[in-house]
Amino acid sequence: MILLFVSLFTFSANSNAKSITLGWAAWDPANALQELTKEFTAETGIDVNFEFVPWPNFADRMLNELNNKGKTFDLLIGDSQWIGAGAVYGHYVKLNDFFDKEGISMNDFSPATVYAYSTWPKGSENYYALPAMGDALAWAYRKDWFDRPELKSEFKKKHGYDLGVPASWDQLYDMCTFFQGREIDGQKRYGAAINTERGSEGITMGVTAAMYAWGMEYENPNKPYDMEGYFNSPQAVEAVEFYRKLYEDCAPPGHSDAYMVANLDAYKSGQVAFQMNWYAFWPGVSKEDSDGRVSGFFANPKQNVAAATLGGQGISVVKYSDKQDLALEYIKWFARPDVQQKWWDLGGYSCHNDVLNSPSFPTSTVYAQGFLDSMGIVKDFWQEPTFVELMLPMQEAIHDYVVNGKGTAKGALDKIIEEWVEVFEADGKL
Amino acid sequence: MSVKKKFKGLSDKAVAWLFIGPSVFLLLAINIYPLIYAIRMSFTNFYANKIGREPQFVGLKNYIKVLNKEAIWEKMQVTANFMFWTLLLQAVIGLGLALLLNRKFKGNELLTTLIVLPMMLSPAVVGVFWTYLYNPQVGLFNYVVNFFYDFGSFDMIGSSELAPWSIVIVDTWMWTPFTMLICLAGLRSVPNYLYEAAEVDRASKWQQFIYITLPSVLPFLLLALLFRGIENFKMFDMVVELTSGGPGSATELASINLKREAFEKWKTGYSSAFAVILFVTIFGFGNVYVKVMNKIKER
Repeated sequence: MILLFVSLFTFSANSNAKSITLGWAAWDPANALQELTKEFTAETGIDVNFEFVPWPNFADRMLNELNNKGKTFDLLIGDSQWIGAGAVYGHYVKLNDFFDKEGISMNDFSPATVYAYSTWPKGSENYYALPAMGDALAWAYRKDWFDRPELKSEFKKKHGYDLGVPASWDQLYDMCTFFQGREIDGQKRYGAAINTERGSEGITMGVTAAMYAWGMEYENPNKPYDMEGYFNSPQAVEAVEFYRKLYEDCAPPGHSDAYMVANLDAYKSGQVAFQMNWYAFWPGVSKEDSDGRVSGFFANPKQNVAAATLGGQGISVVKYSDKQDLALEYIKWFARPDVQQKWWDLGGYSCHNDVLNSPSFPTSTVYAQGFLDSMGIVKDFWQEPTFVELMLPMQEAIHDYVVNGKGTAKGALDKIIEEWVEVFEADGKL
Repeated sequence: MSVKKKFKGLSDKAVAWLFIGPSVFLLLAINIYPLIYAIRMSFTNFYANKIGREPQFVGLKNYIKVLNKEAIWEKMQVTANFMFWTLLLQAVIGLGLALLLNRKFKGNELLTTLIVLPMMLSPAVVGVFWTYLYNPQVGLFNYVVNFFYDFGSFDMIGSSELAPWSIVIVDTWMWTPFTMLICLAGLRSVPNYLYEAAEVDRASKWQQFIYITLPSVLPFLLLALLFRGIENFKMFDMVVELTSGGPGSATELASINLKREAFEKWKTGYSSAFAVILFVTIFGFGNVYVKVMNKIKER
């Protein structure tokens, strides 16, 4: 009886309390946000519940929720590619009026992040999200191995330049092959843990890091959705061939379906000299290396052009939420410069200019300068409402070529274009 | 007494309907209605994620598209290969194990329990831990194979030649015990006097197996294979966890492709047509199979 009374009382107390639910991926930055949000609750009395979904299921779970007009989430930190679907299908609340009313200016945020995370149509002034988490694909390397005099001299003798942060993908390849199969401290090491995951977006995010650096464009800048000769240009083909070479010659055995966590594990366990991963993981890597002796970080290397694959997310209010007012209150709080500074301090990647332009920012962490460099050169996959339909054929064709070794790079890219044309035709874009 | 009063006046037929009514309702609501709805959708260009866009009737366009798509036939071929090898191996090994366990020896019960353990696990969990077993650096599988013959390091799930075998091996490991249990039930139902009569007639052990054991156990084995065939035709979770359908599309079964078309690309009309084709295929094969099975039983 007492238990029943207590539970009834608890239920009644909870149902009276103001609370919202925020959905995001389950990873380190989400824990930092949870920590940061305690201050929001303390200030406003609004409880924030979190639902973090592991990355492989993140898109499925969230997009199903939105398509079903679910009310589970009031706030959603959705991937950059979702913005088109969020806007066109009416899943996200348009935030322009709210921003105007609260004096939140998009000019206060890094232009690249506003363009990527907030706007639809791209580059317009229609905002559906506040830039929440800046991110790009970058590299970490074993600085402690690179600093060994015997390895340095051997490398210089072999390649004629210093072992260090690679200035191009060619240099990256030289360094990866240098470490491939090498025994260091009695253990066999490998070159690089790169993205090869088949199921969601992994290999696409990885291969585009090379394709962008080779100068690939998705479409004719003067004729939207005209992809022939752009997406399958000779440079793009060369980049895909290079990525396969990197996988074949430099990846550790069994690294055939790897993405964020697998790359991180391969690196942390000392298997590889390099890992490709998102900036979001660098605070965790750096935390375990307090004197900065073991790990170094650098932005995606240049080949023909300087470019990096965009990651990161904006925070949006879900149209189907019954608590939009509370959700907007959270966004208003989150947009404050002081909160943004704390967000960066806790391990989140703020996109606010006050944080990024602060003189102390580049030296605030060992990867801060790389982050700044990367955010100036980012490129993203299609952000069309049909982005999943565009992503899946690319995952299949690229995995088939890079990991499976089937066909040619040109054949894979042609096949992708063929599928994309079908998608755009069905969507009335072509 | 009160129940009797309550049903007084109701005919036997009405009482029967009263009992089967809830089941019929659930069957209609959960199975038949979605099936009819899917058939209807298969003639439209419906996209479940495109809110506000009315589906339009497109006739047989989706069916033609599915049947003309080379990639679909590749997936069907992958599914057929997977089914053929898993059913063959499970039939042979399952029957072998059943014959072994049908003998009386010390530790028989313990061995039976150990053999059936894999099928009690969740397919998703099995998929995940076999990815570790197959790992070329630390996995036990490479170690065991190389213990017998040194193949060097090989990647079971990263190679298009080996990946289809990787899913066959795991499914066989997991589900052979099921075939074994059904066969064992069949073996234990064979009357002893048949063997005694065969002994009197001086039939050899091989002749006893061919003329008594095999015909007796065959209907059971076929039944087990029917269940396994239906399950493997819609196999999804274990393979997704193990290979995600890769490398490329080397292990992308029809069911995985269907899920991607329906719930990732949201091509509802197209995937409904694909689902109907798969349903008709399995229904057709199932019917033929059951007829053959009944004929064998009648012999």
